[in-house]
Amino acid sequence: MSVKMEYRLGPAQRTVDGREITLEVKNLKVYYSTPTGDVRAVDDVSFHVYKGEILGLVGESGCGKTTTAMAILRMVQPPGRIVSGQVLLDGVDLVKLNESQLRQVRWNTLALIPQGAMNSLNPVMRIHTQIAEAIVTHEGKQPKDKLRQRILDLLAMVGLPSRVYDMYPHELSGGMKQRVCIAMAIALHPSLIIADEPTSALDVVVQRVVGQTLLDVKERMDVSMILIGHDMGLQAQLVDRIAVMYAGHMVEVAPVRAIFAEPLHPYTQLLIESIPSIKERKPLKLTEGLTHDLRNPPPGCIFQERCPKVMEVCRVERPKLRQIKPEHYVACHLYE
Amino acid sequence: MSEPLLEIKNVTKIYGGTGFFRKSRMTVALQDFNLTIAAKPATITTIAGESGSGKTTLANLVLGFIRPTSGQIFYKGVDVGAMDGRQLMEYRREVQAVFQDPYAVYNPFYRVKHIFDLVIKNFKLARSKAEARAMIEEALNVVGLRGEEVLEKYPHQLSGGQRQRMMVARAYMLKPRLIVADEPVSMVDASLRAMILDIMLRLRDQHNISFLYITHDLSTAYQIGDNIHLLYQGSVAERGATVQVIENPKHPYVQLLIDSIPVPDPTVKWGGEEISTLDDEQMRTSITSGCRFYGRCRYRMDRCLEKAPPLYPVGEAGHEAACYLYAPERETVR
Repeated sequence: MSVKMEYRLGPAQRTVDGREITLEVKNLKVYYSTPTGDVRAVDDVSFHVYKGEILGLVGESGCGKTTTAMAILRMVQPPGRIVSGQVLLDGVDLVKLNESQLRQVRWNTLALIPQGAMNSLNPVMRIHTQIAEAIVTHEGKQPKDKLRQRILDLLAMVGLPSRVYDMYPHELSGGMKQRVCIAMAIALHPSLIIADEPTSALDVVVQRVVGQTLLDVKERMDVSMILIGHDMGLQAQLVDRIAVMYAGHMVEVAPVRAIFAEPLHPYTQLLIESIPSIKERKPLKLTEGLTHDLRNPPPGCIFQERCPKVMEVCRVERPKLRQIKPEHYVACHLYE
Repeated sequence: MSEPLLEIKNVTKIYGGTGFFRKSRMTVALQDFNLTIAAKPATITTIAGESGSGKTTLANLVLGFIRPTSGQIFYKGVDVGAMDGRQLMEYRREVQAVFQDPYAVYNPFYRVKHIFDLVIKNFKLARSKAEARAMIEEALNVVGLRGEEVLEKYPHQLSGGQRQRMMVARAYMLKPRLIVADEPVSMVDASLRAMILDIMLRLRDQHNISFLYITHDLSTAYQIGDNIHLLYQGSVAERGATVQVIENPKHPYVQLLIDSIPVPDPTVKWGGEEISTLDDEQMRTSITSGCRFYGRCRYRMDRCLEKAPPLYPVGEAGHEAACYLYAPERETVR
């Protein structure tokens, strides 16, 4: 029996399925204006992040996952703009805040580990100066020895030796720099960390170390995370739930085990089938077709041009994200 | 025995080392590297390794962008370093490249047709416009594109996968014998990656084009590669037939690498023990003789520090690993 329910929550509700939530994104729309019309980068996306969980946000490049993250941080740059929607972090709607209020929220309650974060370190500042700067900017001046101990604790938390304290970024390897960025992100005990492809420029061994650091930090600090990425293998190892985006829309949200055991949306199926395996050599799985022009989405389902199971109704009516099984949401006409 | 297509003999590439602090500034990017690609049948040879292992240095050497510090590269029996102008032109036509970033190789001000026009002009491939057009069309068909769909567009109007396929088409148009593909799929979306890998297989089987496939992604190498050379900090750690090496890795580094590949199954957790990469940077400079993996190795022995291990045979069909664990008995008992 399938439970049919609209994936929308009441305004005051702060628990879903009996679990406390940290972040709730409701009907978010982010458009980029171009001379030939708006590109709908994020089009009516809703999801939530439970307290103390890692939510994986996956999809191919251009599907809107980074734009979604930037919208949560209110860092969408012109020509982009948040058209409508709500971003509720601990009950506060970030979309409505002004710049000075936002400055309070950023880093204090909401931290970002950007793509290629390791290149964001200042090459002429020692590691401890950079971390101290982040803390002092937000909390004001503090006693030197207290600050020093706090930075050393942070470094220990991400598994770095204390000698890193006095080093410069160029003395560290990519993985170590990435862990310095994680240390900076957790410095002020945020309730949500957004990590945008935190391991994409690292090789597999270092990727695993950084991934394990993220898991460790999540466990110890009970922080929520959004992990953006396209490597389904890495997602399988790190996240609790996965949200799959395609062309600006959320097509499936489910616990990680459920989605790998039984992906429901044809796009998710394609994503999982196309993971190259290291265990068996099998024929390559080919797919044809192009994503439609994001300025002018067709009526009906956004995946219709590439979907192997496309039906009449998909050309006319856009499927809504609805609950098919406990905690498993999918936007597809196949399950109606 | 017929002459190999490409033969790399004891090539070493050292960066730096000129100037006052000679020794300390030297970076050995590639050390005593040997590789042979047979003329027939066409094969896909994978060069794999982490960043800084020397794989891109190797690509640049083969493409002639840089010259080896010592050692030689032979193409069809002729030393590339000693080629005359005409031979070099032929070499540059027959050895083509496909690079990692399909966004950076296009000039955004020109329509994508431009990249084809350039090669036709430079190598004088066609005598008339109609002939040129037919050539482009044929090359595009090989990679599954149609001329009218893409040629008149600007680079930003194409997807990453399309752009990368066009780069392969451009390379194909020159009828190369070897394509050096440096991370060709690492910036292409997962769902479109298979298409590019499939094109590589078809070019190998139907058009007798060999590939030097340079990647850090062992899973794609496993899916399409014939032979593999795994580099660690400039030296070959293990080499052999791809299936052999990946299914039965022998070198401790390769074992660690394969253990670290995230399993796309949430019920199977990462294998192996906790690992440390802390002293990477120290290791790189401090170990000047001996095995470069010493600092991270589980099985390290004293003799590993004395001299870098040579490649020992560890299995069938040229499967070799550079590790003293596989030294023959009588050599170990001394």
